[in-house]
Amino acid sequence: MSHHDIQKPTDITIPADSLFAKLPMLGGGLAVVGLGATLASAFGENKARAMFSYLWAFEVVLAIALGALGFVLIQHAVRAGWSTVVRRLAETAMVTLPVFIVLFIPIVALGMHELYPWSHHTDAILEKKRWFLSVPFFLGRAALYFAIWSAFAWLLYSASVKQDSTADGSAEQKKLSHTMWKLSAGGIFVYALSQSFQAIDWMMSLQPHWYSTIFGVYFFAASILAFFCFVTLVAMALQKAGVLKDAITTEHFHDLGKFIYGFTVFWTYIAFSQFILIWYANIPEETEFYMVRLQGGWDVVSYALPIAHFFLPFLFLLSRHMKRNRTALAAACVWMLFMHCVDMYWLILPNFGTHGEGHHEAHLAISYLDVTALLGMVGAFLAAYGFFLNKNKVVAINDPRLTESLAHENY
Amino acid sequence: MNANEKLWGLLAQYENPATVYHACEKVRDAGYQQWDSCTPFPVHGLDKAMGLKPSKLPWAVLIVGVTGSTLGLLFQMWAMGWAYPMIVGGKPLMSLPAYVPVWYEITVLTSCVTAFLANWIMNGLPQPYHPAFASKAFERATDDKFFIMIEAADPKFDLEKTRALLKDAGATQVEELEP
Repeated sequence: MSHHDIQKPTDITIPADSLFAKLPMLGGGLAVVGLGATLASAFGENKARAMFSYLWAFEVVLAIALGALGFVLIQHAVRAGWSTVVRRLAETAMVTLPVFIVLFIPIVALGMHELYPWSHHTDAILEKKRWFLSVPFFLGRAALYFAIWSAFAWLLYSASVKQDSTADGSAEQKKLSHTMWKLSAGGIFVYALSQSFQAIDWMMSLQPHWYSTIFGVYFFAASILAFFCFVTLVAMALQKAGVLKDAITTEHFHDLGKFIYGFTVFWTYIAFSQFILIWYANIPEETEFYMVRLQGGWDVVSYALPIAHFFLPFLFLLSRHMKRNRTALAAACVWMLFMHCVDMYWLILPNFGTHGEGHHEAHLAISYLDVTALLGMVGAFLAAYGFFLNKNKVVAINDPRLTESLAHENY
Repeated sequence: MNANEKLWGLLAQYENPATVYHACEKVRDAGYQQWDSCTPFPVHGLDKAMGLKPSKLPWAVLIVGVTGSTLGLLFQMWAMGWAYPMIVGGKPLMSLPAYVPVWYEITVLTSCVTAFLANWIMNGLPQPYHPAFASKAFERATDDKFFIMIEAADPKFDLEKTRALLKDAGATQVEELEP
């Protein structure tokens, strides 16, 4: 209740014998095997399928890292107190963003022709979009997005880590908080634009005739939701490994649960907003997006999404007691991460074999390449995550708002 | 039973949230039932210190919300698909997507109105008069002072013992309130 008797946590480094210490090795191994197998297929006759699986896995995992960047920016910009105990866990996910530059190379080097019809084909509509959908401009934009994300991730991460070794109450400690706050205030704008245009470039242009002005927001909703599920599971796993045992309390998990619940509703709101305008207006170049997703097995996924991505988690997490129960919350996180994979799959894979055109019939066919790509991509992400998690303290120990966060209580 | 028929209860004033928090714990542990505390701002954990049970408000909201939601959807289906069939934009009569915005809004509306009204009813509002309003000191309950009031109707109430309990818990002044 009062802040005087709050002790800062001391269990703030990863024990050498825990699974987290082995994460860089395990993840790295998984990445080599998984991505190796996927990319090896990209040189055979399954090239197109391999590249679609690769892009899907890339977006699934990128969403988590981008969600983390968005979260950290917002926490600094609004000077949030409650979240300080989990902020480093988010910063660690955010600072893996430069790794995605390497992971993006195969998409450009191998997959442009297979993935993006506009790169080699043109018609009356695409001719009008040529100024935007051209390979050099596409690559330039990608470079810009990665530059923005890497710069903000690295500046915010290094400032936060630097603060760990400042003296409590010192001018330097305050100055670093101020720096992160100012960076974030401007960062939110470039983050919002870059992550939206990333979704437009890398996913929406798979079906280049189609457009949706809400697509960037749709990706943001999916992205930050996946991030909240990820960080909740990491926090629980860390406590199992004997880290931050008393620092992260039911109150913090309750708040993370509220965000998961809230962004589940937000995702639905955006997904439905996109759908109802297209459904109501019924214009051919817009409806083709749903047309391909209502046939050949994809219709099952289209009907399952509102049920499994909205109604089930909505009813499951509605009660306060469920959000405060670790087992229930962990189950919800695992489920929502699975649904995040399904959601991205539903966005990307129907374009395989249809050249992004609505009059070709799509067929839902899961491939072993999906499994290898996802395992490899998750492995690469976790390896980088584990590397930074082991490198520094797992909590921003000298953040001026840490005591406020430790004492945080919900009404 | 108390000799003073004109007594409604005791009003004790505390200076800070920590004192009123611990005072509430003492009153709760002494077994009082008909009492309340008033603070100028929400004090974290005070509901636990007072031993309050979780509010029933969420249940009222859930029940009315689900009822309103269901009726709202059924009404649209009946009106648009059955009673006044009208083709809009070439869509089938029973077009669920078209009903969703109103379905959603009616769920929010019924839930919010229930939360608002149930809140008033459960808190006994509006309350134009309360015995504590007679106290000059109580005006500062919305400013910088913290209060506990125990009703004389409480079975545990004993003027001297109750006064001593409140005093010992750190009250800076204890007033007798008339009905």
